Amino acid sequence: MGEFLMPALGADMEQGRVVEWLVKPGDYVHRGDMVAVVDTEKADIEVESFEEGVVAELLVEVGATVPVGAPLARITQTPAAGPEPAAPAPAEPAPAIAREAPAPPGFVSPPVRQLAHRLGVDTDTVRGTGKHGALTRADVEQAAAALSAAAQPPDRHPPATRTPVPTAAPSAGGRVRSSPRARRVAENLGVDLAAVPGTGTEGAVTEADVRRFAAAPPARETAPETVAEPVSPPTAAPTAAPVAAPTDAAERAAGLRRAIGSLMGRSKKTIPHYYLSTTLDLRAALAWMELRNTARPVAERLVPTALLLKATALAARDVPEVNGFFTEGSFQPSTAVHLGVAVALRQGGLVAPALHDADTLPLEAVMSQLRDLVSRARGGRLQRAEMADPTLTVTNLGDLGVESVFGVIYPPQVALVGFGRVREEPWARNGLLGVRPAITATLSADHRVSDGLRGGRFLARIDELLQKPEEL
Amino acid sequence: MTEQEARAAVYAAIHLVAPDVDTDDLDEGARLRQDLELDSLDFLRLIETIHEATGVDTPERDYAAVTTVSGLIAYIAGNG
Repeated sequence: MGEFLMPALGADMEQGRVVEWLVKPGDYVHRGDMVAVVDTEKADIEVESFEEGVVAELLVEVGATVPVGAPLARITQTPAAGPEPAAPAPAEPAPAIAREAPAPPGFVSPPVRQLAHRLGVDTDTVRGTGKHGALTRADVEQAAAALSAAAQPPDRHPPATRTPVPTAAPSAGGRVRSSPRARRVAENLGVDLAAVPGTGTEGAVTEADVRRFAAAPPARETAPETVAEPVSPPTAAPTAAPVAAPTDAAERAAGLRRAIGSLMGRSKKTIPHYYLSTTLDLRAALAWMELRNTARPVAERLVPTALLLKATALAARDVPEVNGFFTEGSFQPSTAVHLGVAVALRQGGLVAPALHDADTLPLEAVMSQLRDLVSRARGGRLQRAEMADPTLTVTNLGDLGVESVFGVIYPPQVALVGFGRVREEPWARNGLLGVRPAITATLSADHRVSDGLRGGRFLARIDELLQKPEEL
Repeated sequence: MTEQEARAAVYAAIHLVAPDVDTDDLDEGARLRQDLELDSLDFLRLIETIHEATGVDTPERDYAAVTTVSGLIAYIAGNG
């Protein structure tokens, strides 16, 4: 039996409001399936299940605000945790498990009886595992899960998909691997899931796939013709995220400002920051990028930020003192590099969701994930892991035109990297003066974990990596 | 492509990328980066959206010609 708890979506979060349930009692959830949407002050965040099983009960109503750690739902594991047979004999499935021992009718407390009633479990058929054979909630839920596993129509309950079938989207029975969220979005947008190419694990259709599919009707073949046609406005309107009402937006902006203020206040009080700055020569990196971009359509072009992020992630692997968490008086370096990307929101404020495993992703993937992350951050929909995971944050204020930015570290992280704007600089080298594109990279780091020597090594490593952009 | 068509495409794309910008009352001399506050990713999405709608691709070497709303409209009209 598992509980689905209100997660801490960032060091500053104390409570959250459930704005949407993506599952209902009786639904089967896999680990990683999105279960609920939680409104923090920063964004609406989709939260996944850490358990696999049947949703037994939703404990919190939509709209309720509860503290971090409060149970939101109960999830029961199905008895058959291994590969499940496709179709268990439909007759009397529950008693089959329950009646192994000559169970003396155990004590059933009123709450458990109520639960059993609600879940449609006959308490006489269930063996109690509590004291003196008393029936526990877990017993009832397991029985309910067994009932549910056996009795649910296959399209609602997908045990078949758990067996490792490598086939892509439309699996046996025409069912498409997809998250509940993706299904709902598909329904709202009137999209047939079976027609959507999935890019998720094992070809699962993700929400992004659905939105992409809905946003881009099969127009590819007709593209040349559209030149002659009057521009069709429909390409714009329907895909835009619904804009919240002004008052709501103002309220959110104020809440976000409070959250940022309190977190940054805590950072400055507890983290002894030190700051370093250096100017990076971007000539090689930008020349390589421009050459590469000329051959590509807009959708595949890189921006300098992608190169900077990748170089930062690789450098963090070499200088682990900047990558990880400082908690309970000590530093835990992280083996993975999840780069928090500070994204300015158009209504004000910022969020810094994680670009996962940025050090191991190919540059193209860094770029596409960066675009996806930024658009979702601005659309107000992020995922829990993206909020909780960053091990090192990067802020890139370049587009606003400043030369350098010295940021405040996001606790419990221990460093923050800042990039200014790309600019042309006179550059002296080997006794000659030339003009090169340059950028100022800064590091704010935690003196409890590292000192200027290691911090300097980290910035120098970013510079070295950017001199060989083809290896990024 | 006529300037009107190009304008419609540009406005629709701006509306998509920066929904908070009021395109009914837009100063076409506005600079995309500084005045409309589009960042590099917004800008990429803007020209991508225009490309999808009109078929006009804006290669990177021409970015300097499309720094303002009016510049972008003229570029799309001239190349479509």
